Amino acid sequence: MSDAPAEQAAVLKLTGITKRFGALLANHAINLELYPGEIVALLGENGAGKTTLMNILFGHYVADEGTVQIATADGGLRPLAQGSPQAALKAGIGMVHQHFTLAENLTGIDNILLGTRSLLSPIASKRSARTRLDKIMRESGLTVDLDTRVSRLSVGEQQRIEILKALYRDARVLVLDEPTAVLTPQESENLFQTLRSLADEGLSIVFISHKMAEVLSASDRIAVLRHGELVADLPSELCDRNMLADIMVGRHLEPEARSEVEKGPALLKLSGISTGHGRDALHNVSLQVHGGEIVGLAGVSGNGQGALARIISGLELPRSGSMEIDGRRLKPAPRAVMREGLVRIPEDRHRDGIVGEMTVAENLVIEDVRSRAFQSFGFLDFAAIDKRAGDAIDAYDIRCPGGDAVARLLSGGNIQKIILARTLDKEPKVVLAAQPTRGLDIGATEDVHRRLFEARARGAAILLISEDLDELFQMSDRIAVIHRGKVTLPQETATLNRSQVGLMMAGQESEDAA
Amino acid sequence: MIRFEPRENVSTRRAVGAPVFAALIALSLAAIPIWAAGADIATAYILMVNGAMGSVFAISELLARATPLILTGLAAAVAFRAKLWNIGGEGQLYAGALAAVAVGSGGFALPPYALIPAVLVAGALAGALVMLVPTLLKVKLGADEVVTTLLLNFVILLFVQMMLEGPMQDPMGMGWPQSEPVLEEAMLPQLIARMRVHAGLIVALVAAIFAAILMRRTVWGFEIRAVGANPSAARHAGIPVTATFVRVGLLSGAFAGLAGVGEVAGLKGYLTADLSPGFGYAGIVVAMLAGLSPLGVVIAAIFVAGVFVGADSMSRALGVSSYLADLVVAMSLLCVLISGLFVRFHVRIGGSRLTD
Repeated sequence: MSDAPAEQAAVLKLTGITKRFGALLANHAINLELYPGEIVALLGENGAGKTTLMNILFGHYVADEGTVQIATADGGLRPLAQGSPQAALKAGIGMVHQHFTLAENLTGIDNILLGTRSLLSPIASKRSARTRLDKIMRESGLTVDLDTRVSRLSVGEQQRIEILKALYRDARVLVLDEPTAVLTPQESENLFQTLRSLADEGLSIVFISHKMAEVLSASDRIAVLRHGELVADLPSELCDRNMLADIMVGRHLEPEARSEVEKGPALLKLSGISTGHGRDALHNVSLQVHGGEIVGLAGVSGNGQGALARIISGLELPRSGSMEIDGRRLKPAPRAVMREGLVRIPEDRHRDGIVGEMTVAENLVIEDVRSRAFQSFGFLDFAAIDKRAGDAIDAYDIRCPGGDAVARLLSGGNIQKIILARTLDKEPKVVLAAQPTRGLDIGATEDVHRRLFEARARGAAILLISEDLDELFQMSDRIAVIHRGKVTLPQETATLNRSQVGLMMAGQESEDAA
Repeated sequence: MIRFEPRENVSTRRAVGAPVFAALIALSLAAIPIWAAGADIATAYILMVNGAMGSVFAISELLARATPLILTGLAAAVAFRAKLWNIGGEGQLYAGALAAVAVGSGGFALPPYALIPAVLVAGALAGALVMLVPTLLKVKLGADEVVTTLLLNFVILLFVQMMLEGPMQDPMGMGWPQSEPVLEEAMLPQLIARMRVHAGLIVALVAAIFAAILMRRTVWGFEIRAVGANPSAARHAGIPVTATFVRVGLLSGAFAGLAGVGEVAGLKGYLTADLSPGFGYAGIVVAMLAGLSPLGVVIAAIFVAGVFVGADSMSRALGVSSYLADLVVAMSLLCVLISGLFVRFHVRIGGSRLTD
């Protein structure tokens, strides 16, 4: 049931919601209605105010202005007490947060019942709860073993527990914040099938996303937020990708296209690298990246990408195996790998990429502070550092009050530009880009892609570690898949399709997928 | 409902003004215990100011007291900047004093002109070596330096007592646990005739300027600040984190060691086990009051010394307890820490709740 009929009563109505954080206007006069049985996608870039809006709905925040109303049994609307998650739960609003709120050491059923019963309730009531849950699972198709401890469940199963938790509490409205961020493509597809069948039963669903593909395929209606304002509220069938991207960003975007580049010699060569234990282990990883090519490494996060990036970055010594840059074996130390022309864009840019308390200028030179260019006899050459900062700020369009601004105050996209400037300006032989666009908005993502393509055109070998299939297919010449610490042989992107790579990310061999 | 909203840009005026304002508030709060002790509040304040800077003698006392505080303050400020929590200033001070006495009392045959430099170097080196141990334990084994440096204080104090009752005891000291006196040639000269302020003050000021230049203008200082603010990004950027910690540890220990040198070779002339009334710990307060700025340490040390000297003199004149000085110093620290909250955050009272 797409396009809810106008005469049908709304189950939820947000009117004139405004929320400020200091000077930041996170939500501005937002009106949104939700009808029974529809799936609404809330689309927007990072910082557009999606999560804030849903947190107001669920009672985590109190709106500065505006009201939230929820349908009563007789079809009318009554205002919902703000600032109280209990009131939201009681009114039938369930929320699945991006970071799950489960007690890891309890079983699924205990997590679901947590907070719904008094401590003194008899065991028998657990039995009746189980019957009810079994019925919910049967009807919704959300099957999961309720007696396993949550810590042993996969991320997808944990998410099902979260949804069951909401359904068990008789949710009429289900809000999911970035539900696919942690799922494989197949898991995402299953999730949306389940959501559709729940909607057909009359549940109203809002999911937050910034992924265009899933928004278009899985929703009935799309609400787009930009800079805290609702800029579009359209039936999904009227939308297409480019149009949504333009609405989201507020200007027209041309995606970067891959140009033809002559493939050079193998500049990065990993042979038989093994290390670590458990989830972050690597098993006999061999990989070659040639000059002028981007090799994409696809995988759900936590399958060994972290260990691989640390080894390539020179932060960690593998248990066995070797790494060569342009034919030279390396000492595992950040300075040694940088000296050989390998630059690193770290996955966690706030933790490993910048020193937030230091200035933009200092962060721009931090990797080269010992080079003759920025010091003499151990004294910093402030003129050279300031000039370098000014040049980089201009060349990379780093939006900041100036080189002496504290880096911590910059947006994620601008922080990433600092890292791009200090790495790619060295004209590197090899670039390790770990999740380089994670958490960035479309504009900043395009910037990163353009810079990586430029490096590729200069003949750099680029290893792109990403979870985003769109990005991998757009950027990579070849794609390899990492799963449980094993890396497949890279294959030409043109010979692959998304579902193949998706299945390999879930651990199935490519032969099975074909 | 009180809310704290982080300020994005902190003006220099606010950053510098707040601790000064806080110190004034702490001083005025001292009126409460003075009143409670039954003394006349106005007289007490006048006596305090006079005691701290009312005469050349008072100023000399103030600066003599500030000298070790500047050095132990620098020891804490430099180390804390790298998030190396050196709580062992007291022990390093005693180690420096012990080495200064060992060299300065004629234990080694040195020409007179080399004695003062040798005493300074020996003291700095001893303090540095004492701090090297916990630093290496931290970087190699992950041992918490708060615990190791703190406990080393007691180890060193006991060692000093052992030396003073054993090999280093003054044979002319009639059995008192004190060292042989420092030779006249090895004593740091007085800056004003017949006053106690001595050349150690010059050493302390030079150390402060050195530390300020090091932290702001050199590669090493850059690396220290980076390691302190975000060790994992520093490591990722190729900064030698271990070497930086070792450098900071050595420097911090050396500053504290120099404080010990000044006390024995500038003031007392010999070493006893009650040389320092907790200068090592007071240095931590000084560093915090100064916001870890090396030049700020000089001002904060003079303030703390002024409170001690002024309150001492006032309490003697009025017959109230001299613990008042400790009270004011402690209140200043609390006030400065609270004022730091106002520097970093907008504090709003009332309004809506952020979370439940």
